[in-house]
Amino acid sequence: MEEKQEKMALLDVQKLRVSFDMYERGLQKKELEVLHELSLRVYPGEILAVAGASGSGKSILAHAVMGILPGNARTEGEIRYRGELLDRKRQESIRGKEIAFIPQSVEYLDPLMRVDRQVMGIRGAKEKQETAFARYHLGKEVERMYPFQLSGGMARRVLISTAVMEEARLIVADEPTPGLNAEMAMETLQNFRELADEGCGVLLITHDIDLAFQAADRIAVFYAGTIVEIASVADFLAGKEALRHPYSKAFIDALPQNDFKPIEGFQPYAGNLPKGCLFAPRCPMRSGECEKEIAMRKIRDGEVRCVHAT
Amino acid sequence: MQLEAKKISFRYQKNSPWILKDVDLTVQAGERVALLGPSGYGKSTLAKILAGYENPVKGEVFWDGAPLPKKGFCPVQMIGQHPEKAVNPRWKMARIVNEGWQADEQTLRELGIEKAWMNRWPSELSGGELQRFCIARALGPKTKFLICDEISTMLDVITQAQIWQKVLAAAQKGGLGLLVVTHNKALAARVCERIIELPKLNRPS
Repeated sequence: MEEKQEKMALLDVQKLRVSFDMYERGLQKKELEVLHELSLRVYPGEILAVAGASGSGKSILAHAVMGILPGNARTEGEIRYRGELLDRKRQESIRGKEIAFIPQSVEYLDPLMRVDRQVMGIRGAKEKQETAFARYHLGKEVERMYPFQLSGGMARRVLISTAVMEEARLIVADEPTPGLNAEMAMETLQNFRELADEGCGVLLITHDIDLAFQAADRIAVFYAGTIVEIASVADFLAGKEALRHPYSKAFIDALPQNDFKPIEGFQPYAGNLPKGCLFAPRCPMRSGECEKEIAMRKIRDGEVRCVHAT
Repeated sequence: MQLEAKKISFRYQKNSPWILKDVDLTVQAGERVALLGPSGYGKSTLAKILAGYENPVKGEVFWDGAPLPKKGFCPVQMIGQHPEKAVNPRWKMARIVNEGWQADEQTLRELGIEKAWMNRWPSELSGGELQRFCIARALGPKTKFLICDEISTMLDVITQAQIWQKVLAAAQKGGLGLLVVTHNKALAARVCERIIELPKLNRPS
């Protein structure tokens, strides 16, 4: 927050923490922190991909932005939208209008409602729905269908149609491509590209790093519930020397099209995290300093959470 | 020795369209073959049929010239896409991993399975950790052929590389045949010697 940005961020998440209250045994309550001091910004006109392992908390980030976390979740930190605090009241008033959500599962569609009605929602107009369907190559016959009659790819396009019904400025897409074949996935990403080029900001959550390479402007690497590095796609494509965090570098080495070489060890549990740097137990550069709190810092036009990064 | 599928056809109901139609496929022991194809083209169905989890409507599967055994340990083992669906939620991990054979120390160590995990319930482990158990469980000495159906799709690329290094080492050591179902072409090229596109084998009506 110290630096002045040339452009105001559309979405500005600062030091977000999310924890869940869980009952361990009987009435023993335990607080489990699943997102740890996470910061990121999405600017207008860009696609920021959030990539990382399943179970690392990516969907929780999306749900926190939308304000749809379950009741036992607690959040700390700040989420700002266009410079103003995005609290529950504001979330409720602008989500579905200025902020659109494309959920992970096609099961978010209402199984008992024809898709044209669901896409129109409570405010939408018929013409807009028709325009959206035409844009995503959904034929006239699809309008009267129920979700079970749609193929996986059609259902995805219906979900995307709902997101463009209102003039959304920010689109939060949670794993929008699984189940689509390569062409369809590319087409979906192309749709996001168009929306971004029209000035939207897109937060694209995916575990498919290859897709992120093809679609995004910047990639945020998620590890164990926090972001360890944010860098331009060009840096990722240039290879590990251009990256900053040892985990991102290991990521590049492990790709089947590169060395396919893994590092040892596992991502730690939310309930059993190491002190300081979450990656330290697996890190070749580990030292005493790594046990301190590590803050995100800027290096070479990217951001990294590592004391050793250069 | 070889795994041989002869004229495999499959559909869910009479009159419903064929998912698989007259699929022929032969993989030698020691060979590593990738099966590629778009989603919904029957890759997983074929994998299940080859491993004996599903019966074809027509056609037969042979291992070493004989039909797959209906009882006892099947020499063709399959590892699936969803490890949480492939374990008994009411068994602890030690019982799960030793169901088919007594998994030895070395296998467990090489797969990175920690001793403490053996006493846990499946719900207390992540997908990547559970998948290691599913692999250890399938690597018994009586296993001759391994079918891997998208076993690393849900994992991050580092865990993916970890798991594949172990599977490839085990396949090499035991002379296992390998059929790898995946949508990732780079992975297929990295892991396998031969690549088959299912739409070319399959002639559904």
